[in-house]
Amino acid sequence: MDESLAAKVIAEIAAVKRIPLESITIDSTFEELAMDSLDAMNLLFSLEEHFGISIPDEAANSIKDIRSAVARVERILAEKNSAQG
Amino acid sequence: MPTPSGRRVVVTGTGVLCALGSNSAECWSALREGRSGIAPIQSVEMTGLRFQNGAEAHGFRAEDHFEASRCDLIDRFAQFAVVAARQAVSEAGLDLSGPARARVAVITGTSMGGQASLDRGFVAIYKEGKPRPHPFTIPLTMYNAGASQISMDLGITGPAFTISTACASATHAIGQAFWMVRSGAVEAALCGGSEAPFSPGILRAWEAMRVVTPDVCRPFSRDRRGLTLGEGGAMLVLEPAERAVARGAKILGEVVGFGMSSDAGHVTQPSVGGPTAAMAAALDDAQIEPALIDYINAHGTGTSANDATETRAIRQFFGAHAEKLAISSTKSMHGHALGASGALEAFATLRALREGVLPPTVSFNEADPKCDLDVIPNVARNRQAEFALSNSFAFGGLNAVLAFRRWA
Repeated sequence: MDESLAAKVIAEIAAVKRIPLESITIDSTFEELAMDSLDAMNLLFSLEEHFGISIPDEAANSIKDIRSAVARVERILAEKNSAQG
Repeated sequence: MPTPSGRRVVVTGTGVLCALGSNSAECWSALREGRSGIAPIQSVEMTGLRFQNGAEAHGFRAEDHFEASRCDLIDRFAQFAVVAARQAVSEAGLDLSGPARARVAVITGTSMGGQASLDRGFVAIYKEGKPRPHPFTIPLTMYNAGASQISMDLGITGPAFTISTACASATHAIGQAFWMVRSGAVEAALCGGSEAPFSPGILRAWEAMRVVTPDVCRPFSRDRRGLTLGEGGAMLVLEPAERAVARGAKILGEVVGFGMSSDAGHVTQPSVGGPTAAMAAALDDAQIEPALIDYINAHGTGTSANDATETRAIRQFFGAHAEKLAISSTKSMHGHALGASGALEAFATLRALREGVLPPTVSFNEADPKCDLDVIPNVARNRQAEFALSNSFAFGGLNAVLAFRRWA
């Protein structure tokens, strides 16, 4: 797992939920962070904006925690880079 | 004429915020002192627009009323609705705990809903080249956001919906709520309207219609050049008189009638027949004679066509009694807050009856032979009116009129 990418995702969540960075770890689930479906939607939107990517609806539905969010962003970025390469 | 079956309906709470103030006391003191809230628009970059003035609610800051995370999810127009509703419920001392909350209706009016949020979303797409707008754009924009946010904020589980009839929205909303309380469909209602039209796209759309004055709104004055847009919200708590008296509530006035009509004519050109029919319907509904009306809070937008046509409608309907009527347009102070206007004006009318002071038409310079009514120019008048009408005539030819009575 890309540590700096994880840190960026966590920072986005902290900003979206307006909660302290320290309250979020790589193992936090959205449920633990009291993120409802709108919060999740807001987070995915800010990740899309931040990384210049598009997260498909099916993928979005399966992202329920930080780890899966980071993994998905990592994969999309990798696909994007290989397509460009 | 059929007798409307039902109960007497009174107003036990009012909440209001607009360019004139952040609550009912501040707004009323401006109305009676004839202070206008119209000034150069500050919230939008106005370079290049043919008009510069508006009636903005400068005193309103979302973060004073909502948690930061909730501010993102509620457009300014719905924020106005919620804050006005909280004020009205608090003043009424309305019990919203337990099963009572299922017997309360929430009916809001708005003309443009959260289109300012949609405008921002479109800037993101068309100007900034982003692939999509913010995911909250839909819940921010939806016209029913005011009713929904009020019901969530106050825990009201009864019927809740929104009426959008342009500049008559709030009057239609209050009228519908009045009928529902009168008939016994609900035990109480929160009703009114809210509007927040200050966004670059919306302002330019209004500019393009050429109905906004480059000056300030001067209803019924010969030198009037158009309307001035305003923003704000107002909500009323309606309940049966018997129940309000029984629980010792302070009664602020009575709603006695509601009438509607449609011009079935031109989309923007006002008619005489439609407004006349709506005033007649309101008085029929109230079962009172036209000669009992003392005061009319006019639609009075300050456009050349509206004010002259409204004058003709009033003269046609009231005949000789028109000479005895006192009429004013409080839009000269709070601006034309579109779908909120009817609620701001219902508030002004209720206070006028209660205080025995009729608010003026300010910025009035010169009598117009086409508007030859007593329009209370510039200075409020001490006069104890017993019955009053509040007129709202919308683009699209949809007319709504409320009749109020002083509660003595």
